[in-house]
Amino acid sequence: MSAPDTQVQPEERLAAALARLILDPSAPPVRHIAVGAASPIPAAACWLVAKSGHPVRLSLLHKRSGNPFTEGSRELFDLTGQGRIDLFFLGGGQIDGQANINLIGTGEWPGQGVRFPGSFGSAFMYLMTPRTILFREEHSPRVLVEKVDNVSAPGVSPPEVFRRGTAQALVTGRCVFLFAPDRARFTLESVHPGESSESIREQTGFGFDAPEVVPATPDPTPEELALLRGPVCEEMLETYPEFCARVFGRKAAA
Amino acid sequence: MTQVSLEALAATVPDGALLALPPDNSLPSVALAKALVRRGAKGLRLLGVPVSGFATDLLIGAGCVAEVQTSAVSLGEAGFAPRFSAALKAGAITVRDATCPAIHTMLQAAEKGVPFMPLRGVIGSDIIAHRLDWRVVQNPLSDRPDPILLLPALHPDVAAIHAVMADEAGNVWVGRRRECATLAHASRKLLVTVERVVPGNMLEDERLAPGAISATYVEAFAVAERGAHPVALLDEYGFDAAYVAGYARAARTEEGFRAWVEEHVFGRAARVAAE
Repeated sequence: MSAPDTQVQPEERLAAALARLILDPSAPPVRHIAVGAASPIPAAACWLVAKSGHPVRLSLLHKRSGNPFTEGSRELFDLTGQGRIDLFFLGGGQIDGQANINLIGTGEWPGQGVRFPGSFGSAFMYLMTPRTILFREEHSPRVLVEKVDNVSAPGVSPPEVFRRGTAQALVTGRCVFLFAPDRARFTLESVHPGESSESIREQTGFGFDAPEVVPATPDPTPEELALLRGPVCEEMLETYPEFCARVFGRKAAA
Repeated sequence: MTQVSLEALAATVPDGALLALPPDNSLPSVALAKALVRRGAKGLRLLGVPVSGFATDLLIGAGCVAEVQTSAVSLGEAGFAPRFSAALKAGAITVRDATCPAIHTMLQAAEKGVPFMPLRGVIGSDIIAHRLDWRVVQNPLSDRPDPILLLPALHPDVAAIHAVMADEAGNVWVGRRRECATLAHASRKLLVTVERVVPGNMLEDERLAPGAISATYVEAFAVAERGAHPVALLDEYGFDAAYVAGYARAARTEEGFRAWVEEHVFGRAARVAAE
């Protein structure tokens, strides 16, 4: 095992930023988080929360061993319908300024431009989970658009539509936005190193609010870094070996 | 329930059938998909339960498919499904998008023998506008405005899965992948490939019975060792990422796909894998 570079990796900063959002005291409490496929940074954030001593149940949908469910893939949706999943992560091929997400594709339905894989469970999870954190590393005008070409799942709903929650935040490789459902609008919360309000405007296709002075996204604390590179990495090694090797400099035991 | 050969199993899937396939984390029969390519099946309407993976892309590329109803098509870490994307763009297939719990719910309605079931969420998604068979109605049990989605029961003509084992009574074992049981209950005909046949009757063993699908639902099964490959099979064998990545590279082009199929479905590599 090579000693991790003391420099903070961007993925570590993102994981710590997500962990702070998960623990935000002004948001609905989190007892059970589900994390979907191909989501190593959200998974790291959840493990960081758990390893920091917060009693949270994690259901990692693509763990190679120890599937958390006994009723097949429908159990995640049944649990969510019952109100037993408090937080979920969603991404999008396109995400717009009203927090609509598009996993269908660009152009005419069903994605005559570039076809994305499809909506998965997003159309259900987004409305039925008290809190969603939107996460997409690529932050560019082609991903963050003014209006999505197709809506897989809507950012906000009319008052008569049953909905438990909305997006809390959108975290990208460049910044953190918070979402205000009453105004259906994002506000810039913090920018990662090398970014500014202006650079974020250039790379974002939708309008958003921003304070006069935008703070920098904090680095992980030394305690958080130690947890990420130690016990969090241990938990993630089996499911995300390439991620652990690249970010934490750790190889799985042969 | 009868034990037949893999090719005989494929022969019982009629052209044009609504064929339900689980995705790459839930016991798809890749062996049967390859046998359907060899048989030259046509006009299949595939149902992803609730999403679609490797077997679906293979069947589409081989020209066996007219329509796909699914919540997503993906090769996982190997990226977008290349033959699905190409066929969609070329207009060679009809794609009916859904969302995962809607597919589970439509199968659960069929399982219960009721014409429809409601599902929360989904309202506001463009999926609904493209599903003329789905309805949003006022909750009839509420005094307040409460729109809710109704989904029709969905009865696949055929469902195909790969189970770990069959027993002498024709029960098959899928472990905790209970969505395969719902699929079996909802489908007119369940075809199963298995790694092996074991003696006895699993329904008489308390530890095995909860993971079994009763022979009541099984039309026919065939032994196909490593029949889920390259997909993982519970704790029997893992996902062959290199094989799928190789497929994804080859299938970027029509020619590359044809060469891959020649080798891995019809050719020497297929025969070796089947032995």
